[in-house]
Amino acid sequence: MDDTICAIATSLGVGAISIIRISGSKAIEVTNSIFSNKIKTNETHIIKYGHIINDNEIIDEVLVMVMRAPKTYTVEDVVEINCHGGYETTNNILRILLNKGCRLAEPGEFTKRAFLNGRINLLESEAVNELITAKTSSKRKLALNQIGGNLTKLIKDIREDLVSLMANIEVNIDYPEYTDNLEITNNLLNEKLVEISKKLENLVKGAKYGKIVSDGIKVAIVGKPNVGKSSILNHLLDEQKAIVTDIAGTTRDIVEGSISLNGIEVLLIDTAGIHDTEDIVEKIGVEKSNQALNDADVVLLVLDGSQNLDADDQKLIDLIKDKTHIIFINKSDKDIKVDIKDDNLVIGNTKDINGLDSLKNKLIEVFNINDINKDLTYLSNARQIDLVNKANDSLIRAKDSLDQNIPIDMIESDLKTCFDLLGEIIGDTYEEAVIDRLFKDFCVGK
Amino acid sequence: MYDVIVVGAGHAGCEAAHIAAFMGKKTLLVTANIKNLADMPCNPSIGGSAKGIIVREIDALGGLMGKVADKSHFQIKMLNNSKGPAVRALRAQADKRVYPKIMREYLDNTPNLEIKEGMVENLIVEDNKIKGIILEDNTKINASCVVLTTGTYLNANILIGSENTPGGPHGERRSNNLSFKLKDLGFTIKRLKTGTPQRIKADSINFDELKPEEGDKVYWTFSFDLKPQYDINRQQKCFLVYTNEKTHEIIRNNLKKSAMYGGYATGVGPRYCPSIEDKIVRFADKKRHQLFLEPESVYYDEWYLQGFSTSMPRDVQEQMVHSLKGLENANIVKYAYAIEYDAIDPMQIGPSLETKVVEGLFTAGQINGTSGYEEAAGQGLIAGINAALKIDNKEPLVLKRSEAYIGVLIDDLVTKGITDPYRMLTSRAEFRLLLRHDNADVRLTQKAYDINAASKEKYQIFKDKMQHIEDLKSLLKENRLIITDEVKKDFKERNISIPSGNFNYLTLLKRPEITMELISHYLDLSKYSHEECEQVEIEYKYEGYIKKEYQEKEKLDKLEEKQIPEDIDYSKIKNIASEARQKLSLVRPKTIAQASRISGVNPVDISLLLIYMKKEYGKDASK
Repeated sequence: MDDTICAIATSLGVGAISIIRISGSKAIEVTNSIFSNKIKTNETHIIKYGHIINDNEIIDEVLVMVMRAPKTYTVEDVVEINCHGGYETTNNILRILLNKGCRLAEPGEFTKRAFLNGRINLLESEAVNELITAKTSSKRKLALNQIGGNLTKLIKDIREDLVSLMANIEVNIDYPEYTDNLEITNNLLNEKLVEISKKLENLVKGAKYGKIVSDGIKVAIVGKPNVGKSSILNHLLDEQKAIVTDIAGTTRDIVEGSISLNGIEVLLIDTAGIHDTEDIVEKIGVEKSNQALNDADVVLLVLDGSQNLDADDQKLIDLIKDKTHIIFINKSDKDIKVDIKDDNLVIGNTKDINGLDSLKNKLIEVFNINDINKDLTYLSNARQIDLVNKANDSLIRAKDSLDQNIPIDMIESDLKTCFDLLGEIIGDTYEEAVIDRLFKDFCVGK
Repeated sequence: MYDVIVVGAGHAGCEAAHIAAFMGKKTLLVTANIKNLADMPCNPSIGGSAKGIIVREIDALGGLMGKVADKSHFQIKMLNNSKGPAVRALRAQADKRVYPKIMREYLDNTPNLEIKEGMVENLIVEDNKIKGIILEDNTKINASCVVLTTGTYLNANILIGSENTPGGPHGERRSNNLSFKLKDLGFTIKRLKTGTPQRIKADSINFDELKPEEGDKVYWTFSFDLKPQYDINRQQKCFLVYTNEKTHEIIRNNLKKSAMYGGYATGVGPRYCPSIEDKIVRFADKKRHQLFLEPESVYYDEWYLQGFSTSMPRDVQEQMVHSLKGLENANIVKYAYAIEYDAIDPMQIGPSLETKVVEGLFTAGQINGTSGYEEAAGQGLIAGINAALKIDNKEPLVLKRSEAYIGVLIDDLVTKGITDPYRMLTSRAEFRLLLRHDNADVRLTQKAYDINAASKEKYQIFKDKMQHIEDLKSLLKENRLIITDEVKKDFKERNISIPSGNFNYLTLLKRPEITMELISHYLDLSKYSHEECEQVEIEYKYEGYIKKEYQEKEKLDKLEEKQIPEDIDYSKIKNIASEARQKLSLVRPKTIAQASRISGVNPVDISLLLIYMKKEYGKDASK
């Protein structure tokens, strides 16, 4: 870890400014070798103006930020070169730095160093990654909350509960002759287990929000041709043109666009094969499309309100009825002929300016979006959720054992497992494999 | 010229001297007063939670404590029976007069062992190697290895109120110079403190006012080799006593007069065995504290008042004792006192208990910062074994944390060091489902036999038991419980759910409500001992939990295999926290697992250490 690493810290592509970050013991020495305004030994946490010069050629006019260890992100000497954006210039400077003895940072290596040097804990380093890739303001908040340690505190509190319970059991075991101490009886233990288990369950429940905040809500739109699917899409996207982006989905689905609903990203997905085909059901029956529906957080079925339900509509209704769904009846200006009952049925009109409010409100209701912003302390990634689930499993096992009259010394080992698993989330438990795996998921630059 | 000299004949010293001699080494046991050999200066009991398992381990390894306790107690019981098989432990009220006598008999019958009276005041050390000892009369005695088990006698002071008297327990003389010599050699000397309560004259106690505590009505032995040596119906009683508001008031009003709170003491006392004034201060809202009256010996008329240890002046002690119900007219034969003594920093000792400062010098017991007879004896045994092995140029016996409480004890000492006298607790063992009372022999006797620490007879008893257990398992596996109407009726009466088919007994044993006792109604188990039945029952009934812990143990074993090169220079590892660097340099852990247990060394530091090792020593370094 004593080599000096560098990488472009801003996103690749054309921008007004790019930042190249250098971290390590030679950061300042290397910078000085190509920078016109030499950094002096007593200078730290300042910005210096000058030129990048290589082989007597001026490469760029830059601002150089100098931060000496230990008060830096990586706890090493860090230099950030603010150069003019553009692929050529930025990469040119990076190449020169590599020639001068720096090594290109591996994905996540700056954060890895911050973690290894004790600057941030595991949960925080995960959060940094999420902050960088955050697309919406809620997601930023969620990530910031983790960096600030709200989640850490929550997990620590639960571990504290476990520790005091275990300590009491230990006192009973190690000082059995002192019968005046509070004895953890089966009933009392059962009570405590239920209480702690509930906290973990709430964390997992909350994780649903965390996932929504960090991944957004995927809405798969289905319906026969010409029922108004495109109108809904366009209507929603037009309303918020400023934040529309066309992204190719990471799955096989095509994400037509995304909108922000009270700060939550809503991804609109057109399921494959729904357009322009005569035999809808046959198409939907294709496994691929089914998969798209399964991946979606909610399926939006659009029905033409002016028509009676036909066999195709009915098949679509059957298809979605067991999934989280919203049925949108597009009213147009005519009377509604569709006659079905469903808890998540909304009536709207793509031609009205407020015609989709009912749909948006339903989305907010289905996903409790209004509750989400109150307290953004959620587990947000699969690793954390998995660990909390496992931790809860060990409590459930403890409860089962208790019901079977298994003695407390055995049961306590389940509590210990629970404690260790929760420790893994915040990096208090040492698991080499976890740390290694974690840093592979990081983006370049931080 | 001796192979091994053991300095001090307390519980550590007796075990060390016996085992070294048993392993064929010419051994000398030196004690300042031969009358105090195997003395029990504090509580009249052996065993207790976790400690009782240590005694079993000592026995399984060829040590004496279990056998001597079996032959000298007047009450014994199994603690924590309801809390599960892993935390069960024996506790015996050992007779203070009989115990030393029996120990002396064992030692007198040990070939190669000599016992000598003398005060050791100096060590002969050349080129950082031990060469022998020097007595106060300047007699020099040479040896290849020396085991120091000085107990509380190093620079000891007895504290009662503001009185401070140089000397050890029973007003014995202390060793004045030895700890200075150790300091000169490079040891860090720590000042520790412990205490002991009053002894009360039997005929002055009003026993009618007190609740008796009896021994078990089942026979037990610490030793795997001995049959019970006592009559179950002739056990002595102990009695329960409670402090009250008046007692607490007396203590609070006189707090400044105690050696501890008056500032007369400098040593650090044990957290887990606080004095009564500590208890009153720390748990101010508790209305009462439990105390126990335990007979010291059937030959003495003195009773030990457990839980009332104090460093108050005598007049206050009188008031305190007389405030207790049942002790209003008590005659205090010996007053409680605190004792301060010197110990070394155990982080200067290796896992074999050989010091890192002087080659061939071993330490065990209170000098290493522990408290308790059992903790001392366990270390003494290991130090004696390893001194003998060293003389034969053999690898030392180092027990893993997953193998024995003794392994946990020594690893904790040498890895984490101590701040106060160390007492073993079951919670210190992360693999306690594996470290049980019932299986100490399975864990350790083979190991002991392999290094000639266990006798042939002992080994044969062990082998026979193992064979019996295998036979028992086969018997249980090959026979099925046929669910007849009679069985159904029996199960119903016992409120046990009736099995859905005719399963074999081994399968049935996995059900929580089906015990060996129940099975014995249907299958003749009379050929098998209670211990054998119990071990099979535990193994099968708790298989899931035990297996899980075994997997955890294997995970740790992998880390234990990651050796840290001996020549590693911690000052060269960048970015490691300075506390971690300092601790690593001091402890010089042998494996990554050991390094990760050092307090102040965080997971981050371990990552850095691994990275450094990979880079500096290549992939092979930490295979």
